[in-house]
Amino acid sequence: MSHGKIIAGVIAPHPPHLVYAENPPQNEPTAECGWETLRWGYERLRASLSRFDYDTLVVFSPHWQTYVGTHFLGVPHLKSLSVDPIFPNLFRYQYDLSVDVPLSEAICAAGADAGLQTKMMRNPDFRVDYGTIVACHMTQPEWDKPIVGISSHRLTHYFSADVMQTHMMKLGQATRQAIEASGKRVVLLASHSLSHRHFTTEGEVPEDMSKEHITHHGQYLWDMKMIQLMKEGRTKEIIDLIPDFTEQAISETDSGALTWLLSALDYPQRPATVHGYGTVIGTGNAIVEWNMEETSP
Amino acid sequence: MSERILAGYVLPGLPHPLLCPEKNAGYQRLADAFGRVGDEIREQKPDLILLYSTMWPSVIGHQIQSRPEPEWIHVDELFHDLGSIPYKFRIDSAFANAYCEASQQRGLAVRTVNYHGFPIDTGSVVALKLINPNNEIPAVITSSNVYADRSETVVFGKAAVDALDSQNKTAVAIVISTLSNRVHQTFIDEADDHIHSQKDEEWNQKLLELFEKGRLEDVAQLSRQVHREARVHKVNNFKSMWWLSTVMGAHNRYRGDVMAYEPVAGTGSAIVGIQPADHAARDLEFDEGSPESFAGDRNVLASLDASAGLSSQTLDPGSGEGEQ
Repeated sequence: MSHGKIIAGVIAPHPPHLVYAENPPQNEPTAECGWETLRWGYERLRASLSRFDYDTLVVFSPHWQTYVGTHFLGVPHLKSLSVDPIFPNLFRYQYDLSVDVPLSEAICAAGADAGLQTKMMRNPDFRVDYGTIVACHMTQPEWDKPIVGISSHRLTHYFSADVMQTHMMKLGQATRQAIEASGKRVVLLASHSLSHRHFTTEGEVPEDMSKEHITHHGQYLWDMKMIQLMKEGRTKEIIDLIPDFTEQAISETDSGALTWLLSALDYPQRPATVHGYGTVIGTGNAIVEWNMEETSP
Repeated sequence: MSERILAGYVLPGLPHPLLCPEKNAGYQRLADAFGRVGDEIREQKPDLILLYSTMWPSVIGHQIQSRPEPEWIHVDELFHDLGSIPYKFRIDSAFANAYCEASQQRGLAVRTVNYHGFPIDTGSVVALKLINPNNEIPAVITSSNVYADRSETVVFGKAAVDALDSQNKTAVAIVISTLSNRVHQTFIDEADDHIHSQKDEEWNQKLLELFEKGRLEDVAQLSRQVHREARVHKVNNFKSMWWLSTVMGAHNRYRGDVMAYEPVAGTGSAIVGIQPADHAARDLEFDEGSPESFAGDRNVLASLDASAGLSSQTLDPGSGEGEQ
């Protein structure tokens, strides 16, 4: 078997608003428009990824929340209706997806070998969370690639961001080792926002962009700081800053998704491509790609 | 005491008593106690069961389930290996809409949810399956707003009573919550379940003592400290007790009944009944306000001008004249 490889790692934010504004046939609510800077960013991401063949999307979602260990989708085919618990008015999505169970099991086992608590999810009635679905839909709306779904072990809330990082760095390393051993070419998706303080009210027309902005300037400053580090390839500094970023910008990096991603990519020093940045109901969201197939500058 | 609320209950939400009571004698005792709660509720004949679930987080204010007959096969995101839970519930849509309207009149951001497939949380599903298996009494489920603190939660509780008044209905009020909520950090054999730590156990015992003496408002007043000491900080406070004490009446004139207390995956899972009584366990003064309406977030960081009267929030520390 050939040597497997991570061909790209992506920060793929999952506000359901983005799918809502795309009006795909799977989603029942329809929108006039909205959040174009992010949706155009996803267009650029799709164009970038389309240059390379790959086998599987591996997605880490903050909305599959597990307080005991990291869990992995382990059912070959999952089909159901996903209704967003926070924005049910925007996201009622019929999904029909395939899971790369062998790769899922391999990452699960590699995580366990690294000393982490891991578990496969085998219940066929299980409903896939919207963080997984939105990130995958926006990255590959054809759904023609199998996925590996990884839960967010809620270590930041249970212990601290530092403890979370210790575990997620191990999980990232285990993910990379399992992918390399699998012989597959894989894209990683860290499904999360940057700053994550929401508005607590919603306009009558959710896609009214005259109402959309960052909740607070402090969040914006933090988002720009982190994005600048990404653009400069200073990923180990990002790891150092994640605990402060998580606390001060109420960032969704609390999930461990970004730590996992950077660890799996072995802390790339190449500049990331920022495909887009925008706010969704006050939160800061960036679509960022580290493409490992491109020659480093 | 609101005469609209016939009784209150605190019920835990993890699925073990429903899905695997045979795996641990404590789970079975919890399941039996859920059954007792159901019997008590049917004897009291309320018009509805009103649940506030700490396992249903919301962001855009509070949400209220209003779909008349939600139906699904539920799987818990953490304990998916314990099995699936098919359910079909009977919801009092008229009350849900009235509660939403009453909340909005008090300044809150609240909306109903009436969508096929909306994910009802594990705690609400478990509780309704065990206490109301035949849907004899309609229910209404409300979320816990992650951004709400005491003021908003108290006002949300008052709006529940408003809605009961406007509909001329009675209810039992239920909070879905464990006491301590720390789960074990390794996968355990259910037969070996135990409370996560001695510290959690001590706080649970303190809470049970207060509940048993009917000191509901004292529990509510301790909310912040309990949250710091015995709760994983998923949200900003143990606010469900603010809601319960508000809808029932913010005092200690109750009779408590601790029907069960057992570890479930390390959490302190208690089933507690709270009934009105003639005399208060203790006659204390409570020093927190009881707001009637919610005026929104003050957003002190973004509006320094608006907080000019508070010297700690301004760029000008003030002269200090006249300060005590």
